[in-house]
Amino acid sequence: MARMKQPSLPRWLAAPVARTAGRLSRLLGRGGGTTLPGLLLNRLRPEALEELARAVPDGVILLSGTNGKTTTARLIRAALDASGARVAANTAGSNLQRGVATALLNAPEPDIALFEVDEAALPALVEQTRPRAVVLMNLFRDQLDRYGELEHLAQRWRSVVADLDPDTTLVYNADDPAVAEIGAGRPNSVAYGIDDPLLGREALPHAADNTNCRRCGSPLRYQMVTIGHLGQWACPSCGLTRPRPDVIAANVELQGMDGQQIAVSTASGPIHVSLRLPGLPNTYNAVAAAATALAVGVTPTAISGALAERGAAFGRAEHVTVGNRRVTTLLAKNPAGADENIRMVLNETHPLHLLVLLNDRTADGQDVSWIWDVDYELLLEDDRLASLTLGGTRAHDLALRFRYANRGPTDFSVAPEPSAAFDTALAACAPNGRVYVLPTYTAMLDLRRVLADRGLVPEFWEDE
Amino acid sequence: MNERAPTVRLGHLYPDHLNIYADRGNIAVFRRRLEWRSLGLEVVEVGLGEEIPGDCNLYYLGGGQDRDQLLVAEDLVGKVEPLRQAADNGAVVLAVCGGYQLMGHSYATADGKKMPGTGLLDLETAAGDDRLTGDVVLNVSLDDRTNTVVGYENHAGRTRLGPACTPLGRVVKGHGNNGEDGFEGAVSGRRVGTYLHGPLLPKNPWLADILLRWALDHSGASAELEPLDDTLEQEAHATAVARAGLKR
Repeated sequence: MARMKQPSLPRWLAAPVARTAGRLSRLLGRGGGTTLPGLLLNRLRPEALEELARAVPDGVILLSGTNGKTTTARLIRAALDASGARVAANTAGSNLQRGVATALLNAPEPDIALFEVDEAALPALVEQTRPRAVVLMNLFRDQLDRYGELEHLAQRWRSVVADLDPDTTLVYNADDPAVAEIGAGRPNSVAYGIDDPLLGREALPHAADNTNCRRCGSPLRYQMVTIGHLGQWACPSCGLTRPRPDVIAANVELQGMDGQQIAVSTASGPIHVSLRLPGLPNTYNAVAAAATALAVGVTPTAISGALAERGAAFGRAEHVTVGNRRVTTLLAKNPAGADENIRMVLNETHPLHLLVLLNDRTADGQDVSWIWDVDYELLLEDDRLASLTLGGTRAHDLALRFRYANRGPTDFSVAPEPSAAFDTALAACAPNGRVYVLPTYTAMLDLRRVLADRGLVPEFWEDE
Repeated sequence: MNERAPTVRLGHLYPDHLNIYADRGNIAVFRRRLEWRSLGLEVVEVGLGEEIPGDCNLYYLGGGQDRDQLLVAEDLVGKVEPLRQAADNGAVVLAVCGGYQLMGHSYATADGKKMPGTGLLDLETAAGDDRLTGDVVLNVSLDDRTNTVVGYENHAGRTRLGPACTPLGRVVKGHGNNGEDGFEGAVSGRRVGTYLHGPLLPKNPWLADILLRWALDHSGASAELEPLDDTLEQEAHATAVARAGLKR
């Protein structure tokens, strides 16, 4: 059927109209305005994103991966800020085309642009923005109903990398076999990884995904496992091996929820990172950030200082004080992330008051079967839980998950509605105690809304 | 546990390759629902290149990614005989998603290849242009009882049944076997195949207990299953049914 092509609005008109719409939306309280202008711009002038990206003098950095995008982007942003550059970034977390376009619209004359990008949106955005650097972090099992299967995503990434401009620097995680296989051997690439032998785990967790060789299909052998299927891997059958990283976390001292000390070794000399973010996922985020910042010319000193100052992105190991209790939110969107959060919580010495929130909106994934791949059983060992509250649109699914985790009965409260769930968890916690919240993405936003309505945190789009 | 307590022997086929939709949730349901009645579950895991034991009461096949499913298909077809014999003698087979497709005669992939199946159920699958995904509610009649079954589906394959099996249920909400004929899953005797995961059994304890009753019967033990307090299961089931009516 023949369809009229929509006319493209001239450039001088499209951008201001879209920008104004964003301001209006914010004034009317209709949302953070982190996507609307970009959405509108794409309608008014489809080629605008390409034009805006090309106009950024020091180029565009795109970073993608299942886990850690937002935190890593914040860390890179801090390093770029410290170098004195004016940065355009989608820090508020809208990582599809419309969010990228909105961020470019809202940044007046940036020197450089930095965007975290949804894994499935990466191919289109690489084509549109012609990035100077692409950062590939990891591929975990996530939201299969939205992306199709992991294998397809890896294949799409493979063709993205094959078609990259030779001048584009590729930064990739050597410890993730699915990602490393794509990046290994490409000229103009920087590999990063964790090499501290004291961190290794004995066995792959249940949720490990890419444990067969990408080349020959044989089971990979691990000298050390860090998170999920990440670690020092090699294929005993065809000889495919983890590439030697260029930027390495050589010594990592984890300090509970408070953070960690990382000695990073690089070709430009050692960088000490005193990070205010907990756990091995953040070790990877910090090394990825250091590798990327170095690749675009930020000095080791600037990187070290910038990473030390950066606190948590909202919902990512973020602490909020509520009366005399402390509430720590640990976002997880998939089994690998949830497993790491459980590990971090179990390392705490305080009584564990837990609030688990599960939503099934589009951004969370409608298919919540992944909760059965999370090792919640670990929480029930040794009688560690002081209280357990289950909330979110799929609270009843969580209830069954915990019911079937144990031979005996497990005590928990079910409160789907976010503010009720929050109050229940808070009421169960003794004064001066700590509540740990494990939400999915939109459940985290729901909780954020509850906290904001009570004046405990600012509105989320103010968090830059 | 009492040494002499009746135990169901479960053959879990390819747990390392067919596990994409939290298939261990279904195994956990079998295990707990037996344990809560002071009965036992013994799981035998069967991987690539390993023989299938013919002495299980219940066999389980889960779902896998395309690549893993192809590996499994090639391996399974050559060694399926003990499973076929056990099934012919009344052992229970539950196959979900990719496992369900492997129960058929073949799977025609998008690039025109034919992946062999076991033919344990009289059905054929061909890849479609898009994936059928979303929440599902079925009306199921099984073992002289009728009930709703809830779950989630995500499959590119379109499955069509032959005359030697009947659908598991009628689709109330969702796509089902092929998005066209309004049916979902397949049953032949004690062989049950379905696209429904989520996982399937936690929110459908009624279906879990029918399968366990059959498995116990096959083991020669008395097939009486005392009722459990399924308040949480019923709540989750009712919520899923209600939401299916409200959403979209």
